[in-house]
Amino acid sequence: MNILKILFKNAFRHKLRTGLTILSITIAILAFCLLRTVISAWYAGVEASSANRLVTRNAVSLIFSLPFSYKEKIRQTEGVSTVSYGNWFGGIYIDEKNFFANFAVEPKTYLDLYPEFRLSEDQKNAFLRDRRGFMAGQKLAAKYGWRLGEIVTLKGTIFPGNWEFVLRGIYKGKDDTTDESQFLFHWDYLNETLKRTAPGRADQVGFYMIGVSSPTLSTQVAERIDKSFKNSIAETLTETEKAFQMGFVSMSNAIITAIRLVSLVVIVIILAVVANTMAMTSRERIGEYSIFKTLGFGGWRIAGLIFGESLVITMIGCVFGIGFTFPVADAFGHAMGTYFPVFNVDNDTLGLAVLYSFAVGILSAIIPTYRAIKIPIADGLRSIG
Amino acid sequence: MEKKSTIVEILHVSKSYRRGSQIVPVIDDITFDINEGEFLALMGPSGSGKSTLLNLIAGIDKVDNGTITVGGVDITNLAETDLARWRSVNVGFIFQFYNLIPVLTAFENVELPLLLTPLSRDERHSHVETALRVVNLLDRVDHYPKQLSGGQQQRVAIARAVVTDPTILVADEPTGDLDRVSTGEIMELMDRLNIESGKTIIMVTHDPRAAQKAHKIRHLDKGILSDNEHS
Repeated sequence: MNILKILFKNAFRHKLRTGLTILSITIAILAFCLLRTVISAWYAGVEASSANRLVTRNAVSLIFSLPFSYKEKIRQTEGVSTVSYGNWFGGIYIDEKNFFANFAVEPKTYLDLYPEFRLSEDQKNAFLRDRRGFMAGQKLAAKYGWRLGEIVTLKGTIFPGNWEFVLRGIYKGKDDTTDESQFLFHWDYLNETLKRTAPGRADQVGFYMIGVSSPTLSTQVAERIDKSFKNSIAETLTETEKAFQMGFVSMSNAIITAIRLVSLVVIVIILAVVANTMAMTSRERIGEYSIFKTLGFGGWRIAGLIFGESLVITMIGCVFGIGFTFPVADAFGHAMGTYFPVFNVDNDTLGLAVLYSFAVGILSAIIPTYRAIKIPIADGLRSIG
Repeated sequence: MEKKSTIVEILHVSKSYRRGSQIVPVIDDITFDINEGEFLALMGPSGSGKSTLLNLIAGIDKVDNGTITVGGVDITNLAETDLARWRSVNVGFIFQFYNLIPVLTAFENVELPLLLTPLSRDERHSHVETALRVVNLLDRVDHYPKQLSGGQQQRVAIARAVVTDPTILVADEPTGDLDRVSTGEIMELMDRLNIESGKTIIMVTHDPRAAQKAHKIRHLDKGILSDNEHS
C-alpha cells in the first residue's frame, strides 16, 4: 500500500457523489474546450493568413469596389510579385441555409498566391481551361456530394440570376488549418456576364490580393500602393492579409468576448462543484484526519491526502472532458462546417483546460485542508462514534 | 526485585478548556509517574478528566501548565511537526470505537503507521503479519472493518497500535463498545502484551472488570488525582 492507493480509495469512497462530480467536470471541460475552439475558429482566417500576402480594397468600405484598371499599376509597384483579384459573389446554393464562401477570382494568380490549396495538375488545368468551371474545397464537395463534372447552380444575390458552374477541381488543404469549404470560380465568367447584363457593374473588383517579394517589404509596398491611388476616384486601403482578416474578427468582438466570459464562468462553476464536494468530504472525514494525525501523519501529509484527492477527481474529469471534446468538436465542426470552415481543437485550448482543472483541484482543497489541519486532534476524535 | 525505571513523568500538569466565555478546569495540578512495563488503569466518573490526561500523555493535546516527559523526552515543548513524528514512533493508540479507516483492509490499516517509517515494502509486510499474528487475525487480512465484528476490529486496532513497537500503549475505553466475551478477549490480549512483550499500557476505563487486569489503578475526580492507588 502507498499514499496514492489511499488517495484513490478515498476519492471513490462515495461512488455516486464522486461520479457526479467527475461528470460535472467532464461536461464543464467539454463545454470550455468547445467554446474556446469556437473562438479559435473565429480566428482561423487570421491564423491561416500569410505574411507574403496583402489585400487592397476600397478605402471607404469593403462593399465598394475598385476599378479593374488598377491591376496594372499595382503590378508595377516596387516589391509586388503577384497580383490577383476577385469579388465576393454571395451566391446561394438551393437554400439560404446552405451558406458557404464563394468568390469570383482570377484563377491562375489566385492559385499561385494560395499554394495551401492543393489539387492535382489535371484538375488544376481543367479548372483553368473552363471559364464556367469552379473548384471547391473537399469538405464542401463532400457535404453536398458534388463530383467532378457536376453542374452546380448558384442563385446570385449581389449579382442577380441563376449562375451555372461545372465542378473541375476539388482542392485539399495543406494542413488542418486550411479552409476546405471555399467555392472559387473564374472572375472573367462573372465580368463577361455583367458586361452583357449590367455593363455599369463590369470591370470592377472587390479586392486585389497581392503577393510581395518579401514579408519585410509588406508595410512599404502597402504604403506605395495606397499612395499611388491617393486622390483617385476610388482610394485604396492596403493591409496585410492578417490585418484584413482581423478586421472581420473585430466586427464580432462583442460575441467573442461574451463566449470567452462564458468559458470562464464554466470554470468558476466547476470550482464551486468541486469545492462543495471537497467541503462535504472533509467535514465527513474530520475524525479520520484526526486518526491519521494521531498515528503521526503531519500537516503536510494530511494536506497531501486532501489536495491529492481533489486533484484525482478534477484531473479524471479533465481527462474525460478532453477525451470527449474531440469527437464532439468533430461532429460540431461537420454540422457547422460552412460557418466554421476550420474547427480544430488546438493545443492551447487543451493546455488551458488542464491548467484550469489543476487550479480548480488546488483551490477546492485549500479550505478543507486548512480545517483538517487546524482542528485539534482531540476535537476531531470526538466527532467519531 | 529489580526496580523498574520511570517511563512517563507527569509534573504539576494542568489543563482547562474554554466553553464560550467560561474557562472549565479539567486537570488540576497533577503529578505522578508511570514505570516502564506498568499496566495502569485510570478510572473515574464521566468528565473527571481521565481521557484528557490520556491525550496529554499521548501528545495529542497540549498542557496549560506543567511538563510531561515520556522516555526522557519533554513532549510539552515539542512543536506540532516534531510531536507528530514523536507520536508515530513512541505511542500506540487503542480507541473505544476502534477508529479504523473504513476503506482500508485489516492488513492496510495495520500497515498505515508503518508508511511513516523508512521500512521497505517487504519489511512492512513482515511487521504487519507479525502484529496480526499476535492478535490472531491472520485469516482476516483482506477484510474491511465493516466485515469484522467489534472484537475483531478492536484486535486490528491493537495490531495497528503495536506494529511500530511503540514506547507506550494508550487505550481510551478499549472495551467500551464491546460485549462481555469480546471484552474478555481484548483484556486478555492487552494483558499478554504487557506481560509477554513488556509493553507499558495506560488505559482509561469505566469498566471495573477491565481495570482488574491492570497492575495499578488510579482514580481521577474533577481533575484531581486521588491519593489512593490500588495495586
